[in-house]
Amino acid sequence: MTPQLSWYLALSAVLFTIGVVGVMIKRNVISMFMCIELMLNAVNLTFVAFSSYFRDVSGQLFVFIVMTVAAAEASVGLGIIITIFRNRESLDVDDASVLKL
Amino acid sequence: MHRERRKVLVVLFILFAGLAVGCAISMVAQRNPLYGAISLIGVFISLACLYVTLAAPFIAAVQVIIYAGAIMVLVVFVIMLLNVEEEERRPMRMRSLIPIAVGLAAILFAEAAFIIFFVQASPATPTRNISDVGLTSSIGAGLFTHYLLPFEITSILLLMAIVGAMTLARRGGLLPAGAGDRGSSRTVKEDAEKSL
Repeated sequence: MTPQLSWYLALSAVLFTIGVVGVMIKRNVISMFMCIELMLNAVNLTFVAFSSYFRDVSGQLFVFIVMTVAAAEASVGLGIIITIFRNRESLDVDDASVLKL
Repeated sequence: MHRERRKVLVVLFILFAGLAVGCAISMVAQRNPLYGAISLIGVFISLACLYVTLAAPFIAAVQVIIYAGAIMVLVVFVIMLLNVEEEERRPMRMRSLIPIAVGLAAILFAEAAFIIFFVQASPATPTRNISDVGLTSSIGAGLFTHYLLPFEITSILLLMAIVGAMTLARRGGLLPAGAGDRGSSRTVKEDAEKSL
């Protein structure tokens, strides 16, 4: 018995679901941000599993680009979080539900 | 020999998949964001190990360097900079929706179990022998030939991210020169009024 492709896909689905649940139940902006990172990683695992099982390098290139986008998202998102904290003195999303500073 | 290798792969998969799921659940369950960040680093490391077992060493290294290194260090810096306190427990709202949620989750699990146990479409043969798909050279060749345009667009995206992060995190606020000047002049005026 060797690890099947479906095992990796199931693991990815589980991680993605945990990320979605985290985004829904968390109220702290930084925690929600980390759950989004978890979802991105779950999708990356799917890409790498398909790429490895079909012997095609495209999936790993997609993962590379997704990581770059995640880095850009991290820098801009954390900048936004710092701005929200400066303006509202709180990281609760319920305090920042209006898109106005 | 071959059998042993397969067995080792299965054991590694179970080990690192369990570690990833456990760390992910711990991240969601933590109330302190700093502990959540540490758990997320655990998820990233175990995913990198899974990438190694999937014969993708370059992606595994990049996962550790970029995700566990750069991004999470940034997140931990921000958590410590903002001095985030633990989330307080709040009363649950809309308690009547819990039975509906349980029912929908049961339907979802039933669907997943149906697919896992009754759909037996095995994909192509797994790459368990030597493959050069995940090596750095093949990724570089793909990145600079067939995927050159996305690569260049990615560089522009990173430039935009740098500019955006600098603009957002600057102390003067969103607007460049006028806002800061107005703020300082107002404080000067307030000081003058106070002194009067």
